[in-house]
Parts: sequence; C-alpha cells; structure tokens
Amino acid sequence: MTLLRLAFHSLMNRKFTSFLTIASIALSVALLLGVEKIRVGARDSFNNTINQTDLIVGARSGPIQLLLYAVFHMGDATNNISYKSYLKIKSDPRVEWTIPYSLGDSHRGYRVVATDENFYAHYHYRQDHGLKIEQGKIASDIFDVVLGSEVAKQLKYGMGEKIILSHGVSDEAGGMDHENRPFKVVGILNRTATPIDRSLYITLEGMEAIHMDWKDGAPPLPGQETPAEAITKDKIKIGQLTAFLLRTKSRIHAVYMEREIDTFEGEPLLAVIPGVALSQLWQGISYAEDGLKLVSLCVVLSGLLGMLIALYTSLNERRREMAILRALGASPRTVLGLMVMESTLFTVVGTLMGTASVYALIWILQPIIERMFGFYIPIRPLTGVEFTYLLLISTAGIIIGFIPAWKAFRNTLSDGLTIRI
Amino acid sequence: MSPISATPIVSIRNLTFAYGREAPVLSIESLTVQAGEKVFIHGPSGSGKTTLLGLLAGVLAPQIGVIQILGQEFSKLSASRRDRFRGAHLGYIFQMFNLIPYLNVRDNILLSHDLNARRDRKLSHQARAARVSELAQELGIDTLLDRTVTKLSVGQQQRVAAARALLGSPEIIIADEPTSALDYDYREKFIHLLFTECNKAGTTVLFVSHDRQLEPLFDRCISLTEINQAATRAK
Repeated sequence: MTLLRLAFHSLMNRKFTSFLTIASIALSVALLLGVEKIRVGARDSFNNTINQTDLIVGARSGPIQLLLYAVFHMGDATNNISYKSYLKIKSDPRVEWTIPYSLGDSHRGYRVVATDENFYAHYHYRQDHGLKIEQGKIASDIFDVVLGSEVAKQLKYGMGEKIILSHGVSDEAGGMDHENRPFKVVGILNRTATPIDRSLYITLEGMEAIHMDWKDGAPPLPGQETPAEAITKDKIKIGQLTAFLLRTKSRIHAVYMEREIDTFEGEPLLAVIPGVALSQLWQGISYAEDGLKLVSLCVVLSGLLGMLIALYTSLNERRREMAILRALGASPRTVLGLMVMESTLFTVVGTLMGTASVYALIWILQPIIERMFGFYIPIRPLTGVEFTYLLLISTAGIIIGFIPAWKAFRNTLSDGLTIRI
Repeated sequence: MSPISATPIVSIRNLTFAYGREAPVLSIESLTVQAGEKVFIHGPSGSGKTTLLGLLAGVLAPQIGVIQILGQEFSKLSASRRDRFRGAHLGYIFQMFNLIPYLNVRDNILLSHDLNARRDRKLSHQARAARVSELAQELGIDTLLDRTVTKLSVGQQQRVAAARALLGSPEIIIADEPTSALDYDYREKFIHLLFTECNKAGTTVLFVSHDRQLEPLFDRCISLTEINQAATRAK
C-alpha cells in the first residue's frame, strides 16, 4: 500500500511523461478494442440484416447469389419463379407467412422492389425490429410507391411526388424509362440501417402494370399501350416473382421445407436459410478483419514499448532516489517492486482509460456510424474475447515493466548508498 | 568522554573488504564504538570512507572479518535481513540530496516509517504524527511540513533529513558528511541540533567528514587513514 502510494507520487512527479505514456497505452487499447467492437458490430449488423425469416426462396442458382439479390438488392436473378409455384408453397399448412418479391426495375440507381402488404407487416431486421411507415401509408394502389429512408433523403422526395421508374437495374443513360406510368410517393419507411433503406417499394400489381403490353422484353410501340388510367387491379394477372421470403410456424419445419423446396416438382427452386447464407457471405468478405486486428496489435505493442522507453530512460536520473530508499531500509527487491508497481499503474490505468474511452466514443459515434456506414454498434459489456485482450495487454505491460525494474535492481545493487547525480 | 559500557554498540574485528577481485580497499583490525558515543571519523577521499559506510549500513558485506552491531553479528546476516536491520536500527544522513523530490517534507520524514514495518510497530499512527511535529519543531522545520522539498534551502533539507533519520529513535545514526554543503556558521548549529536530539534517546552517532574543524564537537575522533591498513595513502 505504501509502495503503491510511493509509485503514484513518483509518477505524478513526472506528470507529463506519465500522461503521455498512459495516453499512448490508452490509445492503443482503445484502438484494439474499437476495432474489435466495430468488427463484431459490423458482423452482427450484417447477420441481422434480416430476421424472423426462415427461408429465402428463388430460382435455382447459388445461395450467395440468391441472398444478394433477395436481401441486399444487389446483382440479378438468373430466373424468375412462377406465381403458381409460389401460391402452392404459400398454401402449405406449415407456412406462417410469405413475402413475395418481384425485382428488376430501378429508379435513379435505387432498386425497385415489388411486394405486398406482408412485407410491411412481417419483415424484421436486427432481431425484432419491424418496418414502420414513418410518413404516409403502405403502397396499396397500383401506382403507389413507398421509399426507403435513404432514397427519400438522398433524392429529397416528399409525399405525393411523382416519379418515373426505369426498366432494368443499370443507372446508365439510355435505359428505358416507364415514362407513361408515373408512380406517386405515398409513404416513407423508417431508417433501418439495412439495404431496406436503399430501395423503393411498389405493389406486385404495379410491377405488372408497368410491364403491361410488353412483348419479349421490349416495350410496346407508342400508342399501343394501355393508358395508365385504364389499368385496374382486376385487369392484372401476376405471372412471376423473383423470390420470396418464408416463415414457418415452427423452426423444425424450416429444415424439412428447405429440402422439399430444393426438390420442388415443376420448376427448379432453391431455398436458403438466411443465417447460414449470411455467415457464409461474411466469411468471404472478412479478410480485412485479420489485417485490421494485426495492425491494432502492433499499435498495442508500440504503446507498451513507449512505456518501456519512458521508464528505462528515467532510471538514470532516479538513481539518487533509489539510494535514498536503500538507506532507509529498502531492499533491492523493494526497488524492483516499486518499478514494477509503476509500470503496472501505467498499464492498468492506460487499459482502463482506453476501455472507458472506447465506450464513450461508441456512445457518441453510434448514430454517426449508423448513418454513415449502415451498421449499429450496441453498447454491451466486454465480451470474453475483449476481456482476454485487455488481460493480455495488462499482463504484457506488467511483464515489460520487469525490464526497467530489473535494471533498477541491478543499479541499486551496484550503487548501494552511493548517490550518483 | 562517555562512560564505557560493557558491550560496544559497534564492533569491527579483523575486517577486510575488496570489490570483486580487486585489491582490498578496507582492512581494519579493530574498531569499537560504545552506545551513546558521538564519533567523528575523518579521512580524505580514497581512504575507504564510502566502503566503511556501505559496510556499516549493510549494503556491503566483508569477505573476511566480523561486524557486530547491537550485539548482532551483522555481517553474517543475509542481504535482505541487513536491509531490514538498517531500516529498523540505523538512521542515515547523506551529504546532500537526502530527500525524495516528489514527496513533501512530512512524507519524506515519514518515509523511513513507511518502508519499515519494524520501526512502524514502535509507534501508533497518532504518536508518530505527534513525534513528527515534535521533531520538526525542535529542528525548526515545523512550518515547512507541507512544503515541496525542492523549494527548501540546503540547510532546511539537511534538517529534514536529520528529522527522518531521528524518527523512530534508531540506535545509531550514520551521517556521511551531512554538513559539507552548509555554510560554515551553520555547521556547528546543525551538529548541535542533531546531538541534542540524539542525547534524548541515547543515540550513537557515527559522523564521517573530511572537515577536521568539526572535530572538537565530538566525543572521539578516528582517523580512517590510520586504522585502515589498506588505504591508499594519498597524502
């Protein structure tokens, strides 16, 4: 206890160097912990892009591809699935609900997703977060469109705005627009920090309506198309979907249904469990994690080296201090203990400060990160891995502290009571 | 002269000390100091002063011979036990820079207590605080107790060092030229202050200096050049 007080006063005597040393340790700890928190936050956000959906069903292709176009609204489906097959699966008694998707059009680079009211009712992300209409209502009429929050914000669209959808998903000039079938903005979704924010939502009928009279992928000649006003819901027959999300009444059913859909008679379908496909995809894109971790470990090492340098260089000017302590009955071992105490104080205070500042930063930056990078870092207690990191850093710091301590021990042995200045 | 008591407080017999494999720097056939004596040890540089102090304080151990302190065969104790012995029974005053710069005057005085469990047990916490105030008053540093030591004059610093050495009433005080950094007029005053305190507790003083003008103040004077057979007789 007394030694601890002595160590504390000694450090306070070298306030500036002590501060710098502690700051550098705190900074490196904060970096390591921050990287870890961001990594886990990004992974969790990614894995929670879609929840409460047991199966994603599309035409047979790769699971990652299906995941990309059905959940992330990226890339294209190679094939559609027939509405008939959809209705057949939907009517299975084990199915709780389905969310149909019809994709393929876009608006100024943002994807257009045709779906039905189940989407608004059942789509979940980040565990139990459902979609909410922030303004207006859900799309129910043929030419209604609901905007994802980012679309609304970036394109500065308000309620009632008339917009023209483009055929295809490329943003390049020369694409075909559905000029004669303008859509009216009837609602804007809340922010979800998922790909939901980056799309526009229309009804399945709306998707059919803008492609009405098309033949072989080509638009009708001018004058031959049905006027927009003349299109009513009962005139529209939905023929195809791109994919659909499915929720079973019991999770056990999901596994059976996945197999059944994969061997569906009538057309080649593919069902994937979103969690499985998401973590597969994440693994594929998580190379950067290891690199980032390595860099932050190096920073921790340099922080500890900084402490070693600070303590080691102070030793010579402290020989007098050591001789005084010796004269008062301190053994060389006490001097060693004092030095280890100092490095331990550095390490522990630095680690605590680093940890505290990470939490403070997360608290401050949480909304900013969510807005800018689309993922959410929750404020949670330290995980086992993080705690292990902190423990390792502290241990390393204390071990490194033995180097100057040992040097001080040698000094006191050779100096005895001789005061060197 | 002080009365001669039966057992000397310090007794050195047939002592030889060498650093490593070098030639011996100190070789003393016999040296005894009685309890309560104020002994002046003088010798020029190279006479083995530093070595003798190291041996008496127990940071060094002789290769040959015996050092007895307080009836204990000091030189046969382990290094760590000598450290503890020093902390408990010896007060040490350096020539200068006696104080830890980052502690205030009070904490510097209390440092010997803080570092020594054995000295600590002699006094309760309150009694110790009272003793610090008392000593500080007697040495004229009571107004400085909460000051930073780096702001003190050399004379004040040495008095703080004396207070620290005296606290806990050690049996022996070893002073290594404690007055050499002081003004001439002040030296005598410092020694008088030190002696006054030592007399109260019957403390023995071993005072090492090359300044022979102080000699008359002491009970006895030992010339290290004369008793050290290994001394390099520079002059």
